[in-house]
Amino acid sequence: MPLRLLRVAPPPDSGAHPHGHVTPRHPRLDPLADRYAARTHGMKASEIRALFSVVSRPEVVSLAGGMPAVTALPLDAVGSMIGELVSGMGAQTLQYGSGQGDPRLRERICDVMALEGILDANPSEVVVTVGSQQGLDLVTRVFCDPGDVILAEGPSYVGALGVFQAAQARVRHVAMDDDGLVPEALEQALLECRANGDRVKFLYTIPNFHNPAGVTLSEPRRRAIVDIADRYDLLVVEDNPYGLLGFDHDPIPALRSRNAQRVIYLGSFSKTFSPGLRVGWVLAPLAVREKLVLATEAQVLCPPSLTQYAVARYLDTQPWREQIKVFTELYRERRDATLESLETLMPPGTAWTHPDGGFYVWLELPHGLDAKLMQPRAVNAHVAYVPGIGFYADGSGRGHLRLSYCYPEPDQIREGVRRLARVIEAELDLHSTFDAVDTGTFRGLGSAERA
Amino acid sequence: MSEGAAVPAVASTEQPHPLRAVVLAGGLTFEREVSLSSGTQVVEELLRAGLDAELRDADAELLPGLAAAPADAVFIALHGATGEDGALRAVLDLAGVPYVGSPAAACRLAWDKPAAKSVVRSAGLATPDWVALPHSTFRELGAGAVLDLIVARLGLPLMVKPASGGSALGAQKVSRVEDLPASMVSCFAYGDTVLVERFVDGVELALSVVDLGEGPEALPAVEIAPESGVFDYTARYTPGLTEYHSPARVDDAVAQRAAALAVRVHDALGLADVSRTDAIVTPDGEVHFLEVNVSPGLTETSMFPMAVEAAGYELGDVLARLLARRAGRSR
Repeated sequence: MPLRLLRVAPPPDSGAHPHGHVTPRHPRLDPLADRYAARTHGMKASEIRALFSVVSRPEVVSLAGGMPAVTALPLDAVGSMIGELVSGMGAQTLQYGSGQGDPRLRERICDVMALEGILDANPSEVVVTVGSQQGLDLVTRVFCDPGDVILAEGPSYVGALGVFQAAQARVRHVAMDDDGLVPEALEQALLECRANGDRVKFLYTIPNFHNPAGVTLSEPRRRAIVDIADRYDLLVVEDNPYGLLGFDHDPIPALRSRNAQRVIYLGSFSKTFSPGLRVGWVLAPLAVREKLVLATEAQVLCPPSLTQYAVARYLDTQPWREQIKVFTELYRERRDATLESLETLMPPGTAWTHPDGGFYVWLELPHGLDAKLMQPRAVNAHVAYVPGIGFYADGSGRGHLRLSYCYPEPDQIREGVRRLARVIEAELDLHSTFDAVDTGTFRGLGSAERA
Repeated sequence: MSEGAAVPAVASTEQPHPLRAVVLAGGLTFEREVSLSSGTQVVEELLRAGLDAELRDADAELLPGLAAAPADAVFIALHGATGEDGALRAVLDLAGVPYVGSPAAACRLAWDKPAAKSVVRSAGLATPDWVALPHSTFRELGAGAVLDLIVARLGLPLMVKPASGGSALGAQKVSRVEDLPASMVSCFAYGDTVLVERFVDGVELALSVVDLGEGPEALPAVEIAPESGVFDYTARYTPGLTEYHSPARVDDAVAQRAAALAVRVHDALGLADVSRTDAIVTPDGEVHFLEVNVSPGLTETSMFPMAVEAAGYELGDVLARLLARRAGRSR
């Protein structure tokens, strides 16, 4: 049979370009491949991220995303409020504003921070940012040169690790336990860095209902850490998006409330109101604030006017503290469903944290299991979680995963945990088949033909 | 089949409206993201070629949607089991919906790598020695004993991969015997059967085949050279990390052999319309079949579009002609 091969001439009716003359693709598909900045080195397509795309299918129970329950807001009231801001005040709300953020909102932010024990903040020390994510990025840009060291809890928030990587800083993780960051471990890390000649720019900490660990830094630990910071002249960046989402007790006073000069505080309306509005803030001493304002103006000119006005108006006219209670009751019910089903269903060898607020449970798998390698099985089983390695800069975390309970209904959570349990059991079965294999005893190796 | 079957995209006076195509993409598999990327590209290309094209997922809305607003033909840009194991196509057959691509039974065969290799070897084509076994075999007969036999027979290095699946997910080269048990564990996370093959070193080629109405024709081979040495998921889908040469930088004799292999594979497995065979050319010039894909990637970093371009075609035109052929047949 004659082979039709390699037809180079285009078919007569295709109307295509002339014979063989295509603008050739660059062999690496990217003519700019050699020109990118060093800080983009980590920006690659990732299998983990790809496996997440299945969570958009309804068949999958996602215990992966940290999406707040925004539909529990009084959407009609918020809607008319925002509508009035445009129709009644469009000249301001649709216009550029101050790079530091709307003064009225900054006053209200100080009222919000008072609930966390910060009683001495001035509106002039507040910089409104596009989410506290931008705030963290600005603080990192203002302080870190490539090669500087940042101390962070181990595990830490994946969004922060991304910011630190983009700044080409080196992250050194410090141990946590059920009461949060361990002060002795922090001191040990500082001594080691000093001995290595490392320049530690700051400690990054999430003291309340930690993402991903779920734990909260206890009161005695807060005192100890502020004390260590004083003794070692250490700057602290305190990231507190979840502080008002406790189920059983009032917020423990912030690190910032104990030391105004040494602690830079990041706050957010994402979990107490709405993440989509992209409104957060940084509270910093005057000199730092100056630099942050210059840096944010260079990035975004000013934070969004409409959503800042929306937040200020919401705080002024809506029962926002009651709304937080509505949220926390929802999250409490979901936390309960998670912990109860974990207790009932998880195989031996599994352990997990017991959050009393926020969104997350940090689960330790039985010894030898790997949350990332297990992920395809979970996809097949239609349950999603975030593997632990995403929360470390040094490759640790393989034996852990994060469960997020804020979004699914309690019944779905139970079903998700059921599926997860089966996945873990199947992995344990697999490990019991292969873990004991001692390849050193193989006899075939001597007679094997080499390829 | 007459010559006139290769109809242009904008058809005869009986059909004044542009061809209505539904592009299936997404699905509930590991390759969902790649599929959505392929599907989006396909829709753009078809719109550019003058068709009416719409993206849909293979979910509970699909069948009612097709019943309510029938498509002239469906283009399957689903990767992974949903699109490639034949089940969806069997359902489309039941529904009488024409689609571009291989029929259900052929898909089932191609999707199962060991089954495809058996057919290919029976057809007299080279493919690396292999064994494919489920987890239960290792559990029941003892993993150590079975792995020992595998190493004795196939040697090292080995290529370990899930018996079905694409985008290189789960595939690993194992050079040291002590890494073998762990590689099996990670592979079994993808599915119940693992394929272990003798690792063959050489130039990696993607061999695309298209049938525009005159039988399957081989498009120019695309040579793949990943910077890291491993053509894994990251290397495939991050522009800049892999070098592609189309046509491949191989001599004419090798190019001919590779093209012949791709067409023989397409025929031997009963494939239709499009396929992409992945192969390795060893230093002696022999072309070895690795696997074949009935729903090749059509993303911006995919090899099938590169091959189409190297042949001097426009991707949109090729896709439109394939759809038109299928739509024509159904009337």
